Amino acid sequence: MTWGELEPGRTLFDLGRPGRRGLRLPEPDVDTRPLEELIPEELLRSEEEAPRLPEVSQIELVRHYTDLSLVNYGVDTGVYPLGSCTMKYNPRVNEEVARLPQFAHAHPLQGEELSQGILRLMYELGELLKKIAGLSAITLQPAAGAHGEFVGMLLIKRYFEDHGELPKRRKILLPDSAHGTNPASAHIAGFEVVEIPSDERGMVDLRKLKEHLDGSVAGIMLTVPNTLGIFEEDILQITKLVHEVGGFCYFDGANLNSILGRARPGDFGVDIVHFNLHKTFSTPHGGGGPGSGPVAVCEALAPYLPVPIVRRRDDGSFSLDYDLPKSLGRVHSFYGNFGVMVRAYTYIRMLGDEGLRAVSEAAVLNANYLKEKLKGVYRLPYDRLCKHEFVLSGKGLHPEVRTVDIAKRLIDYGFHPPTVYFPLIVPEALMIEPTETVMKEELDALADAFSKIAEEAKESPEVLKEAPHTTIVGRLDDVKAARQPVLTYPFEG
Amino acid sequence: MGTREGGSLRRSEFIPHTPQDVEEMLRAVGLQSVDDLFQDIPREILDRYEPLGLDPLSELEAKRLLTQIAEENLDPRRFVSFLGAGVYDHDIPSVVSYFMTRSEFFTSYTPYQAEASQGTLTWMFEYQTMVCELTGMDVANASMYDGGSALAEAMLMAHNLTGRRKFLVAESVHPHYRRVIRTYAWAADLELASVPYDDQGQLDKGFVAENVDEETGGLLMQTPNFFGVLEDLRNLKDALGKGLLCVSAHPIALGIVKPPGAFGADIVVGEGQVLGNPSAFGGPLLGLFACRKEHMRRMPGRISGRTTDAQGRVGYIMTLQAREQHIRRAKATSNICTNQALCAFAATLFLGLLGKRGLRELAALIAQKAHYLARRIEEELGWPRRWKGPFFNEFAVETPVPPREILPRLRERGFLGGVDLEPFGHPNALLIAVTERRTRAELDGFVEALKEVTRSR
Repeated sequence: MTWGELEPGRTLFDLGRPGRRGLRLPEPDVDTRPLEELIPEELLRSEEEAPRLPEVSQIELVRHYTDLSLVNYGVDTGVYPLGSCTMKYNPRVNEEVARLPQFAHAHPLQGEELSQGILRLMYELGELLKKIAGLSAITLQPAAGAHGEFVGMLLIKRYFEDHGELPKRRKILLPDSAHGTNPASAHIAGFEVVEIPSDERGMVDLRKLKEHLDGSVAGIMLTVPNTLGIFEEDILQITKLVHEVGGFCYFDGANLNSILGRARPGDFGVDIVHFNLHKTFSTPHGGGGPGSGPVAVCEALAPYLPVPIVRRRDDGSFSLDYDLPKSLGRVHSFYGNFGVMVRAYTYIRMLGDEGLRAVSEAAVLNANYLKEKLKGVYRLPYDRLCKHEFVLSGKGLHPEVRTVDIAKRLIDYGFHPPTVYFPLIVPEALMIEPTETVMKEELDALADAFSKIAEEAKESPEVLKEAPHTTIVGRLDDVKAARQPVLTYPFEG
Repeated sequence: MGTREGGSLRRSEFIPHTPQDVEEMLRAVGLQSVDDLFQDIPREILDRYEPLGLDPLSELEAKRLLTQIAEENLDPRRFVSFLGAGVYDHDIPSVVSYFMTRSEFFTSYTPYQAEASQGTLTWMFEYQTMVCELTGMDVANASMYDGGSALAEAMLMAHNLTGRRKFLVAESVHPHYRRVIRTYAWAADLELASVPYDDQGQLDKGFVAENVDEETGGLLMQTPNFFGVLEDLRNLKDALGKGLLCVSAHPIALGIVKPPGAFGADIVVGEGQVLGNPSAFGGPLLGLFACRKEHMRRMPGRISGRTTDAQGRVGYIMTLQAREQHIRRAKATSNICTNQALCAFAATLFLGLLGKRGLRELAALIAQKAHYLARRIEEELGWPRRWKGPFFNEFAVETPVPPREILPRLRERGFLGGVDLEPFGHPNALLIAVTERRTRAELDGFVEALKEVTRSR
């Protein structure tokens, strides 16, 4: 890793001087009028009130962001084992095809007949995702996983409203190992969240689940394999029990990478699945987005999907169907993150059936291999076959060493740290997901780094407490950031 | 299938494992075959699996296929576009496109580990500053999904802040946004009332004043609105009492138009696609979101904040995370996690390149060109503007024939003539958007083409 010579904290606002510019515009070629003749004066912004944007030359700007790129860790930099985020390699071919002008510069209202290829791609992606889910209908509209969860919750709500059961169906059940977005999504959809504890196997406690099962249950949200990386062995029983009281089963697709080509959520008895195209299907995470969160559903929920739906007409042409009278409406300004869909579609087509299966095999093999190498070195609270990820605890190395110290020290060894302090049911959690695109040599090197850090923790814990040492800034003060928030550039005067 | 005898993986360019790797690794974990890795999945589930029936494609084949699919669409390079209604055909500076391909940025994720993510966190901080400067607000987040969901989230935030359940929504807001707002309102059990617009195309302030009551959580509006008309924000904040003024604004317009913050707006959102992002058939887009300082702890989304390390060096870190779903779970201000970060980075680059003067010049250039075209259409074709209020980049004209009859013929002449408003409830109205990309020759050519297609009916 090369860390740049950037001055810590420098922003674009610290550069340049009045009069510089990074881009020149064409001179007006039409007859111009004073702005006050075009727009009423009371609405006009004076020059003194102009937004204080930087005034930098193009090369200054390019150097600034090149410097910043060198202090940013991406998948291309090295191993990025961020649990539940599936930081796999982002194929470059995806980037190239997504930038084809007919995709990148298509206008959402250019009309169906001028968008047949786009609609075909969306339709075919939907068909493939339905097959992967083992379900019969789909929307591609949600812009991210949590957006998909929200849609999933609204579909349940819409169903019960339509069937006159909404007032009593108010509960959504969630295992305590669930992603934070799950309870938040259920809550903003107006449901009451009931947490189900995990048992000593790290799975849903069936006895506790049964205590909550009654006619007030609207559904359950499950992540399979769960956030401990463990496959819910009782999944068929769980979905059956929830169905028996009339509830729906929601599958959080964040961990789908681990069962690709081998098992379909629909066969678990699941009614709703959201996908994270930016995790499972290799589209870039972009520093936090954009993602895409399509939602596949069973037949009973299909009438409530957001509009429009992409359909294939009998003559083989494609259309946008708005005729869903029971639809929950829209959740996006247009049709979702089409640019992300192009990448995911390309990836699935390149993999084919063989490739999909190879993905889950290599992902699960990598996780188990790394787990095996680390389990004598770190505490492994749930020691069993894992799927694509596993969770260690940072406890027990040294009384003063916490998981955050281990994570920060990993950066010094050239690795991005795992997800930390999640799931909440493991104290000092380190949630590790290598993904299938990591090589054995890299896993060995990562395991070595973890082992060295464990030794350092015992012999010289201060090295960990003061980590990272190799980055442009040392460990940043998060308490100060929250107590005295500075969220915009402090202009002088 | 992927597994051959002996459990080796088929090699793919994206999966680095050799058969020897697989064998050594399986041995290390004490398993015989890759199938054993899945022995915890109930047999009946595995047995039910059905393949997609999809052969793998090489990169060459995939590129050929995707190019073929792309060619089934209109080639935007062959048309002069006047399409808008929320997504616009602006030029994307080369520097912006270049940095979209810097993998240190696009292959990273949410900057959970600040010290290894100073690149992302720094541009987030810059972006937040720029959004505040544009909107006249105090704090901004690092992005929402799009303009529509950002306005809906503004409503949820206003509801959380005021505890009130009734919201006024201007009917001049983009119909798609209103549909998103309806969905979110239904989810949160909020009540909506529509604010009509006058013949200027501006929302009826009298109606707002008359319909605000103790239950009103706020007003949701947009400027320029769906019809391209700039709303007059004066006195609206006062009319709302304790309700919050939530405004969706066009970020480029804010180069020359007074920001909502100057009129007391509480939450300002917007569609940021126009800031360096391609139209991409309507997504990814970029939801701008900003608010007043006193409300920042109820704001949804990621926020980058400035802090220091032990040596006093300045750096950036995600902050105020107690608002967020991964900490607060069901009590979070929003469920948003993954957002539109890379699009926000594009916006940062775009605004950084233009700078203080450049943004004003761009906004003025667009306004000049749009007004030039509107004037020529009115003078030479006699088509009046459908709504007479002031506008920035987009305006609706009354057409003598339904737009659906002339749009195909304009296309034959190389023009995407605008958005037909008939499906939105306004027959014989055409919404025309102009950007800096349109040259005078194109604008003049468009006027001539309009003459031809109406004359030759």
